[in-house]
Amino acid sequence: MANSGTAEFIRRHPTIVAGAALLTLIALAAIFAPLIAGDPLVFEPINRLRGPSNTFWLGTDSLGRDVYARMVYGARISLLVGLSVAFIAVLSGSLVGLLAGYFEKVDAVVMRLMDGIMAIPSILLAIALVALLGASVKVVIIAIAIPEIPRVTRLVRAVVLTVRGLPFVEAARSNGTRIAKLLRRHILPSTIAPLIVQATYICASAILTEAGLSFLGAGTPPEFPTWGNMIASSRLYLQIAPWTIFAPGICLALVVLAVNLLGDGLRDRLDPRIARRM
Amino acid sequence: MLSYIARRLLGVIPVMLVVGIFVFSLLHLAPGDPAAIIAGDNATEANVARIRASLGLDRPLLEQFGSWGWATLRGDLGVSMFSNIAVTKLVEQRIGPTVSLALTTMLVAISVAITLGILAAWKAGSLLDRAVMALAVTGFSVPVFVVGYILVYFFALQWHWLPVQGYVPLSEGLWPWLRHLVLPSIALGMAYVALIARITRASMLEVLAEDYIRTASAKGVATLPMLLRHALKNAAVPIVTVIGIGVALLMSGVVITESVFNIPGVGRLVVDAISRRDYPIIQGVMVIFAAVYVIINLAIDILYSFIDPRIRYS
Repeated sequence: MANSGTAEFIRRHPTIVAGAALLTLIALAAIFAPLIAGDPLVFEPINRLRGPSNTFWLGTDSLGRDVYARMVYGARISLLVGLSVAFIAVLSGSLVGLLAGYFEKVDAVVMRLMDGIMAIPSILLAIALVALLGASVKVVIIAIAIPEIPRVTRLVRAVVLTVRGLPFVEAARSNGTRIAKLLRRHILPSTIAPLIVQATYICASAILTEAGLSFLGAGTPPEFPTWGNMIASSRLYLQIAPWTIFAPGICLALVVLAVNLLGDGLRDRLDPRIARRM
Repeated sequence: MLSYIARRLLGVIPVMLVVGIFVFSLLHLAPGDPAAIIAGDNATEANVARIRASLGLDRPLLEQFGSWGWATLRGDLGVSMFSNIAVTKLVEQRIGPTVSLALTTMLVAISVAITLGILAAWKAGSLLDRAVMALAVTGFSVPVFVVGYILVYFFALQWHWLPVQGYVPLSEGLWPWLRHLVLPSIALGMAYVALIARITRASMLEVLAEDYIRTASAKGVATLPMLLRHALKNAAVPIVTVIGIGVALLMSGVVITESVFNIPGVGRLVVDAISRRDYPIIQGVMVIFAAVYVIINLAIDILYSFIDPRIRYS
């Protein structure tokens, strides 16, 4: 019975299963990096720009570092940034969205603020913050999270605006339920499904922005291997050592693809209506 | 009509004010003395003092914001810390390549995406539909610079069809200009195509399910006029909105694309400014990009209200 249930789920939601499986695999690789890969930092100039071989599965880069090891360790930063940004943006964005949706006075001010943040290209905002506050993982996470907040706020606000007029909320209000409880118990639950979907999209976009920042040299400090800075440091060797660029590039695309597939699948399953409009 | 335009124009003020406050306060968010941060780790005392004076950092905060905001409104974006050249002048020198890249990408991407979206919705569930959706998911997932290097590797380095990098102004001929823009535009346009194709498909699917479409095809309206005149026109609001919102995506992409293809545009100007902590440049370009985004979206809104009266009255 259980088996046919699983098979049925896979058949009906192939994108959720494919996305989740791929992500699990990459997350396991990132967690157990020391067990499955060598030292990503050690460099042997004598072995620079070697092609893929038995010792170096994906060859070496221009400093003679193991591309495979760096690729595996690079997954750590991407996943860490993706998950943290999604968490921070969803948490702060939904708090603001709840308040904006419920209180009309807050709404006017907050939505103008969000329009303003949305007008600034996210990568420029992140560049400016990193340039000012210094390159660290914490700064990168915050810098990427800020431009993602308006998306969450707008989503939650839209849900609150639809829900607040419904009879069960009216009933709770006329019973004298306090506002904090009203928001938490009666309104917040309606936002969960679209928020889960939105969180996956934010995670995907955060991984892309982090890679972009690292690529531009405005990301985490250069000693951490990230897929973005691997590509940046190998750009001059595209012709003679394409593996140094394609290996991290393909990883990056696969992770983001996995997260996006998961998001699309969850959207179709949880919330076919609202999320598509956002 | 006029009151709608006036209302939309007035709406720009608070948005740009927020942008201004944000961009201005970034410098003051940093812990410690902003002048010392800009000057860098091994700056001399005199250097820090010079920066402090030139940015007016020794004055009260509100006064600083006032004079910065007023100068920005008049089109004075300050002076580069590194080269001592006015930021507006530096941007002017670099704007040609950036506008060329952005415009060609938008034109090509929008026409390709809308065509793909219409075809996918028309043949919903078919192989073509699935191919378009797969392309859309991929377009969202592969970063600009990865697409860029894959294109360069094959089309420039292996097959020698197109130049590896660089930019040639239009004044040196249409073909050389275009040749240098082909690969960057494809790399930059991928995500934009994905975004627009997806919304076109979704919006068209909704409209194609309406009764009047069935009536039209029952009356014997040919497929193409039915799709374009009856369906697309009514499906256009979300599509046009996403085209506007997607400009933000395009702008972030421009900064990276210019780095990949070594295009001497505004994006490169910013990236070069990062390592030199040339803050007035970063600040100025942020304001310009935000203003362009706001103006494009404003223009789209107003243009659209001419086509669809429902917008004006809602």
